[in-house]
Amino acid sequence: MENRLYKRDIISIADFNRNDLELVLETAAELKNSPRPDLLKGKVIASCFFEASTRTRLSFETAVQRLGGTLIGFSDAGNTSAKKGETLADSVNIISSYTDAFVMRHPQEGAARLASEFSSVPVINGGDGSNQHPTQTLLDLFSIRECQDKLDGLKVAFVGDLKYGRTVHSLAQALCHFGAEFTFIAPKALAMPDYILEELDEKGIKYRFSDSIEETAPQVDIIYMTRVQKERFDETEYKHIASRYILDVDSLKEAKDNLKILHPLPRVDEIAVEVDKTPYAYYFQQAENGVYARQALLALVLNEVV
Amino acid sequence: MRKKLQVEAIRQGTVIDHIPAGQGIKILDRLQLLDSNASITVGFNLPSKDQSHKDIIKVTSRMLTEQEANQLALFAPTATINVIDNYEVVDKFKMALPESLQGAFSCPNSNCITHNEPVDTHFSLREHKGDVRLKCRYCEKSFSKDIVAEL
Ligand SMILES: [Zn+2]
Repeated sequence: MENRLYKRDIISIADFNRNDLELVLETAAELKNSPRPDLLKGKVIASCFFEASTRTRLSFETAVQRLGGTLIGFSDAGNTSAKKGETLADSVNIISSYTDAFVMRHPQEGAARLASEFSSVPVINGGDGSNQHPTQTLLDLFSIRECQDKLDGLKVAFVGDLKYGRTVHSLAQALCHFGAEFTFIAPKALAMPDYILEELDEKGIKYRFSDSIEETAPQVDIIYMTRVQKERFDETEYKHIASRYILDVDSLKEAKDNLKILHPLPRVDEIAVEVDKTPYAYYFQQAENGVYARQALLALVLNEVV
Repeated sequence: MRKKLQVEAIRQGTVIDHIPAGQGIKILDRLQLLDSNASITVGFNLPSKDQSHKDIIKVTSRMLTEQEANQLALFAPTATINVIDNYEVVDKFKMALPESLQGAFSCPNSNCITHNEPVDTHFSLREHKGDVRLKCRYCEKSFSKDIVAEL
């Protein structure tokens, strides 16, 4: 397969076509089966976290190390010149001149796109505010493909905070390339935003709304859970909402055999711990897969042939 | 019936005609026409053949930049721009919605990186159900034109 990702910035999942997505997933699967500790040999990767995110950072840094690359960078902006008022544009300009690729996370939306305009090397977005987190979407897709043995024509339910959950938005957009059907289960105040629904309409993607996990479980292949943040509601309202959007063993009585449950983690209480022991739980494998998805991406961006 | 000009003709400059009634004042403001040295003649709520009422703006000795014309397309898609030289219309064009707008508006998303960095904003435009939506190149959020232009 031609590597269109070579030397490219990885900013938004919207920049990926179906072939690009398949190339990353295929490469991730190969790297999971047979490690390649030489793919980033001699390469220096900047890992610049202008906002702390321990899991994402560790996952990226593990991916670099497993491919034989070297890291420089920082894990939060506290001691950097950004704190002294240097623009992101200047920081990126300078740091990218030392390195072969620039992995970054930033609290503001659009930071990664902007960085790509000032960087001399490929920029990989590790999350920019509430906007994009493309490697999360890639690991979600990889996990779905892995647990279902396919990506085409799957029925996927999204549960919880569908309004602010960028992982949900990006994953839904990416799954459109594979003809998915969606069920959205969310409190009214956290419903899927209109602009996403409009996009699905334009692409002719089927979706429906439900307010019961139990009724939906027998019809879908994937349940993608997200956390409803307490801060968004007053206490009684939250209790009411939480009780309806918690996944427990009971709500899986009629589930399809192939059903798998995903969650971007960390979870708080939206998946009961008893569910962990059922064959449906797949969220821990999903988290592990983050390293393979990020390895694949780094390998493809930095090598014409992998 | 004798035709009578509602607004005096100008020798050289730009006439923005067929502005939807009520939008003229916003255009004056948006294009900062009053801050320039150009002399300006305006007509509000004039009778119009095809619109019932229209606004018209005549600016002496000044041409619109492409950026200004693009902004106009957003406020007043029905407007026409007439370029006048020696009392004659030497060029006339209808408004067309541009594919993108650069540097014209700031991004309504207060957490968008464009507010702190040395870049122009950049929106791509598309029509959706009679509204114009602007999508920020950076934060990727989509806004109705009314929000972006603070109409
Ligand atoms: Zn923006």
